[in-house]
Amino acid sequence: MTETGNQAERQPAIRTRGVTRDFQAGQQTIRVLHGIDLDVCPGELTYLVGESGSGKTTMISIMCGILWPTDGDVEVFGTDIYSLSDTDLVNFRLQNIGFIFQQYNLIPSIDAASNAAVPLIAQGMDRLEARERAVAMLDKLNIADQAGKLPNQLSGGQQQRVAIARALVHEPRLVVCDEPTAALDAKSGRRVMDLLREVGVAEDRSVIIVTHDNRIFDLADRILVLEDGRITHDGTDMPEDH
Amino acid sequence: MLWIAIRMLTGDKQKFYGLLFGIAFSTLLITQQLTIFVNLLERGASGTYNVSSADVWVMDPVSRTTDVAYALPSTALDQVRGVPGVDWAVPHLRANASVRTKDGDLEGVAIIGVDDATLIGLPKGMIEGSTDVLSQPDSVIIDDVGAERMFPGQSPIGERLELNDQRAVVRGIADAIPSFTSTVVLYTKYSQALRYVPGTRNRLSFVLVGAADGIDAKSLSERIEEQTGLKAQTRDEFARDGVDFIIENTGIPLNFGITVLLGFIVGVAIVGLTFSLFIRDNIKQFGALKAIGVTNGKIAQMVAVQAGMVGMIGYGLGVLGTVGFISAFSNDPTFKGFYIPWQIPLISFAAMVLIIVLTGWIALRGVMNTEPAAVFR
Repeated sequence: MTETGNQAERQPAIRTRGVTRDFQAGQQTIRVLHGIDLDVCPGELTYLVGESGSGKTTMISIMCGILWPTDGDVEVFGTDIYSLSDTDLVNFRLQNIGFIFQQYNLIPSIDAASNAAVPLIAQGMDRLEARERAVAMLDKLNIADQAGKLPNQLSGGQQQRVAIARALVHEPRLVVCDEPTAALDAKSGRRVMDLLREVGVAEDRSVIIVTHDNRIFDLADRILVLEDGRITHDGTDMPEDH
Repeated sequence: MLWIAIRMLTGDKQKFYGLLFGIAFSTLLITQQLTIFVNLLERGASGTYNVSSADVWVMDPVSRTTDVAYALPSTALDQVRGVPGVDWAVPHLRANASVRTKDGDLEGVAIIGVDDATLIGLPKGMIEGSTDVLSQPDSVIIDDVGAERMFPGQSPIGERLELNDQRAVVRGIADAIPSFTSTVVLYTKYSQALRYVPGTRNRLSFVLVGAADGIDAKSLSERIEEQTGLKAQTRDEFARDGVDFIIENTGIPLNFGITVLLGFIVGVAIVGLTFSLFIRDNIKQFGALKAIGVTNGKIAQMVAVQAGMVGMIGYGLGVLGTVGFISAFSNDPTFKGFYIPWQIPLISFAAMVLIIVLTGWIALRGVMNTEPAAVFR
């Protein structure tokens, strides 16, 4: 069986069918996504690329269960997430999805290890045990020596790693990143991407990255280009005209 | 998560202290003002409480308080003594007078004439001298607050006064509850008081009555009213009338009420504003927590813990501040005998809870209305 055939047989990490999303602007209804059909496979580092206003953020928000589509279905690892109750959806996110935000959104008054431990604490794990596991994750990311520092005592790159540790500490099956390299220089950005591939991509896991950063396009397994709420390119490289 | 909530709160020291200040200041203002208010009101009953041995006070039907009394004819005393159940009945005179000290200062004073034989009508305790000094000629006993007011920093014992143009010598200091106006009070024998207070034919202000064993003060007062046509009230009833008189005839309740209300409003304003700023500054973090998978219920608990912690510490500081204030001024005659009735901390606690619930609810609405998707914008 070919590799393509294998992928077709595997359950997709994310499957969207006919996803549309409208926003209300005064009297006007603006359609941001136009019936998106998409399968994201496990074991892939997938980029979602597009100009500002193309619908990337809306798409990624819908895919990770924090924004309801106006129409269409979204399955994450076989679960139709928008058919879940609110509580079950929140719990689904907690168990299965890791988030890396562009501005990190670390809690400024707790140290790096505690920040990284947040998903485990939210799952109900004992704080000290969660912290131990968070320190182990920080160690994987080579910043265990910064575990006791507050976010404002860390450099941008170190904060980014703490955010990555927070996204991965509970071993989610899907990791969603919003512009993870936007604030980093080229070298640091590539290092972060290597890290994400190393710890985030596995047989049964998937990483989706929203990015503008053409310095890291060569690191993607798959690049989806979104224009005006439609996927206009799906391949392993960026199209020539971008 | 609650630990994280507390760290989020205490980590932003400026806002944390601002919130504590708001609650503490509000609690202090409410507790302290209510304490002063209640204690001042109770001074309306000081004249009654200073005579602890009298079970029933008998007076003219138009008399209202110890200070607002219409004189009785002297025959009233015998009338009261004739009522069954009366163990003893003694005359009691209360009047105002002017006194001139040896330095030439003029002071308005209250004269209280107590029974010559039994000295019923004097406060229970003496700070200096004994009650026997009233047997000496021209003797008066001054109340402790009055002594400090008229003779600051010196002993009044032996001081000669010109009391309504008569000679009076201070020979003792009584431990008395000050009056509402903190007027200087001079105690003397009834017969002596009649000399000091010239005036109308009738000068007997009250008849103080002790109930015989087994006789209830309330039923005795009703019997006295029925048989003499005079007004008779138990000690507690008459004390209550003194308090009510102040409530009804002064602007004090309104003024204190306004201050307490201001304390509440200031609390709501400071805490509300600071708490809203705190939530606004952390809205991205709350949004991230919601996206990660922290339920709204857990978020509400986090905000509740933050509000509760600020409330409890701030409240504790406010009450401690009031205790400190009352203790610090306990030697000041103005605040003599002031205490914090147990109901007042409860009232300020209720006010604090209201402030916290109100401001916490407003802050929580901001968090609840935050879409998790906002963290990607």
